[in-house]
Amino acid sequence: MNKQTQAIHNIHEADELAQRDSFLISLHPLSKLLVTIVYIMTVMSFHKYDWNGLMTMSLYLIIIMITGELSLLGALRRLKIVLMAVFFLGIANPFFDREIAYSIGAYQIRFGMISMLTLFFKAAFAVFASYILIKTTSIEDICYALQKLHVPSILITEIMLIHRYLIMMLRETQRMFQAYQLRAPGQKGIHYSAWGSFVGQLLLRSMDRAQRIHDGMLLRGFQGTFYPNIRTYRVGFSILYAALWCIAIITLRLVPLFTIIGRIVIH
Amino acid sequence: MHMADALVAPAVAGAMYVCSTGACAQSIKNVRLENDPRKIPTMGVMGAFVFATQMINFTIPGTGSSGHLCGGMLLTAMLGPSAGFLTMIGVLFIQCLLFADGGLLALGCNVWNMAFYGCFVGGLLLWKPIMKNGFSRAKIAFASVLACVLTLQLGAFSVTLETLASGVTELPFGVFVLAMQPIHLAIGLVEGLITAAVLLFVYEARPELLWGNETAKESKLSFKATISTLVATAVVIGGGLSLVASSNPDGLEWSMEKVAGTSELEATGFFHNLSALIQEKTAFLPDYAFRGSESALGTSFSGVVGGAIVIALCIAACYAFRFFKKKA
Repeated sequence: MNKQTQAIHNIHEADELAQRDSFLISLHPLSKLLVTIVYIMTVMSFHKYDWNGLMTMSLYLIIIMITGELSLLGALRRLKIVLMAVFFLGIANPFFDREIAYSIGAYQIRFGMISMLTLFFKAAFAVFASYILIKTTSIEDICYALQKLHVPSILITEIMLIHRYLIMMLRETQRMFQAYQLRAPGQKGIHYSAWGSFVGQLLLRSMDRAQRIHDGMLLRGFQGTFYPNIRTYRVGFSILYAALWCIAIITLRLVPLFTIIGRIVIH
Repeated sequence: MHMADALVAPAVAGAMYVCSTGACAQSIKNVRLENDPRKIPTMGVMGAFVFATQMINFTIPGTGSSGHLCGGMLLTAMLGPSAGFLTMIGVLFIQCLLFADGGLLALGCNVWNMAFYGCFVGGLLLWKPIMKNGFSRAKIAFASVLACVLTLQLGAFSVTLETLASGVTELPFGVFVLAMQPIHLAIGLVEGLITAAVLLFVYEARPELLWGNETAKESKLSFKATISTLVATAVVIGGGLSLVASSNPDGLEWSMEKVAGTSELEATGFFHNLSALIQEKTAFLPDYAFRGSESALGTSFSGVVGGAIVIALCIAACYAFRFFKKKA
């Protein structure tokens, strides 16, 4: 599956999942956005050596992933993009931070190793949280939430337009790229002699298309603002959901739940 | 160069959100002041375009590897810095949500590192001054490469600073900078070359689409040059190539000869006779030659005269069309 096909597949999948009939999807998008932001900020606020505390934050992910019937494999697949950058930075930690943190028999665990692991888990948790958000909330709903947060309408309209025309542009690019590959079999990418004409043609067609789209929008009464397709949300449940999760996340940040339970069990 | 959430501390993310929000607010104000209703749909479609082209691999000559377009400088050169900046925000937002490329917390950093430098530094500090005294192929190529290299260097340096300020890596500043800058120099160079190639194509095909060149004529050929070219072409084709025109009958004549046994149908009647008489009196080059002559000069002269008459008629028709269009 090439990049374009994969991207189209991802967009379709996200749209379909966000249209399902489930409790999480029926919640107001603002509550889900708020919980996601609070969660990510809380995860990032953990100290680089506090892996024990960080692990308690996995509870949110476990509960939502299971109750929301979300695919763990899909979340792990998203992780590979992020892990590359994080790996580059994290792998240096054991070499530069060589102070010993624990000794388990003959094995010595260095602080650098702990900070590396913490970094990986932070990256994974943040990706999982945004995965949960996008799989339970469509882009239109997220734009609606942004509108409620008083994000300027120009930005919201533009995000919605990009999302709306993304698949179309991806398909067009895919067709052009496929046609090119059939004429140049075995060639990796676009030859430099065709860089300008290949993308340039697509660019000019996009500009012309934008003009036609604008004409069409004007005919349909567009006055500068693109309103999201608002559904009926469970407002009461949404407020409760956001409040409970925010309290739970902050509590988990302050109370080392795993350590306490571990001590109780050991003693 | 997309930063993941894990690479930024909340304080750094917050600070960068404030910076990016400031630039965003100014851009929104600028776009609103421009008051061009076509701008927003164009920004949306161009955002989708950048997104889609980022997934195309471009072969890097002599290396065996491939690179891809980032689009910040391209958007600026097409839409201007403010509209380009807002478009890049949309692209980065969707990338972080749909493809986990970047993160919600790191969005402020990514907007600053990729969109701010690409659009404002590249557009206002490099593209605009270079194009101040007019556009040319060399200037476009130079500005594209320079802007891409410089803005990517600035972006990479910002990534280093933001990561170190967040305290997530033990890499010393020097090592980190040395690891980041050279690789982004190569990436910037490739991106600059791709951007230059695309912008040069646009400059040749539709120069008026480039930012700052909106007043350019749609065609780079002047009216005089266009007319001269057309006249010269007519003379060459009519006067030169008509000499080698086939003496065999054309398709219609050939078909008629097969069906009726003759290539010229005889028609009788008052109107046919009258029209034949008028044609005989007015046609000064019957059968594309001087009267009573079969010379090659006559054929060439016919071509030139015919060409001139058609061009004159064409120009007259165009002006008449413009005249009536204005009246309407």
